[in-house]
Amino acid sequence: MNGIHDVGGKHGFGPVLVEQNEPYFHEEWEGRMLSMMIACFAAGIYNVDQFRHPIEKMDPRHYLMSSYYEKWLCTVEQNCIDAGIVTREEVDARHAQLMKGKAA
Amino acid sequence: MKHDNHSHANVLIPEVGLRVKALESLLAEKKAIDPAALDLIIETFETQMGPKNGAKVVAKAWTDPKYRKWLLEDGTAAIKSLGYIGIQGENMVALENTPSVHNVVVCTLCSCYPWPTLGLPPVWFKSAPYRARVVIEPRSVLKEFGLDVADDVEVRVWDSTAELRYLVIPVRPAGTENLNEQELAALVTRDSMIRTGVAQSPSH
Repeated sequence: MNGIHDVGGKHGFGPVLVEQNEPYFHEEWEGRMLSMMIACFAAGIYNVDQFRHPIEKMDPRHYLMSSYYEKWLCTVEQNCIDAGIVTREEVDARHAQLMKGKAA
Repeated sequence: MKHDNHSHANVLIPEVGLRVKALESLLAEKKAIDPAALDLIIETFETQMGPKNGAKVVAKAWTDPKYRKWLLEDGTAAIKSLGYIGIQGENMVALENTPSVHNVVVCTLCSCYPWPTLGLPPVWFKSAPYRARVVIEPRSVLKEFGLDVADDVEVRVWDSTAELRYLVIPVRPAGTENLNEQELAALVTRDSMIRTGVAQSPSH
């Protein structure tokens, strides 16, 4: 695929921004996402190519704007759905429930 | 995650941390993953992985000519002998910088990086500007990192893949002849092993 992920050699992205003393994770959920990705990989839910595929199929706007770990969420969620472990509706419902709980 | 609504404001996942939590809780309930194992994975990354591992590989290559030769011929086996193998570091190639060749590593398609030797990649390594630019204007990018590569030095840019990862062996700094392996390892920075930085001189 030559989708938006294939950025090598493209112009217009501007300077490389470097954060000094960057922490391993900027937010707690990033660490959870990393470990969930590895746990699902270890459980055989996907291989490397299956992990990459949904990221390469992301909407180009979403791909460019989202953080690294948001991309991982997209692909782990999609792979878990494809493997029949969860449904989109279940994730949507739980997500909505948690957002409602936070707002309350 | 599907986005049927493409209006600008809805491009990103709202409350993404809560969606991660939602997915984790569902996977745990369905016994697809064990939340205790997730804690252990995070701890492993925070305590056992990271550039200090790669620094030991480099320091050994600097002090042991036989190891250096092996590392350059079969990076995977030589790095494995020190115990730094595993996910995202299954196949390794070591690249040696010399006074006439400067190697620099990127993953244009994504973020491939040798986790066992270097840990998790910094955000800039995964960012579109670095991935886009370092393959067409490496000298400019390196200059922004504070590294002026002389015109007569050849710059080689290596694009990592999901299967193959690179580790750069920086030039051993001058004035380190009397340092031992451990003292040398302390001079090897993360960026010097992706080669966007230099190994520190002993005076640092």
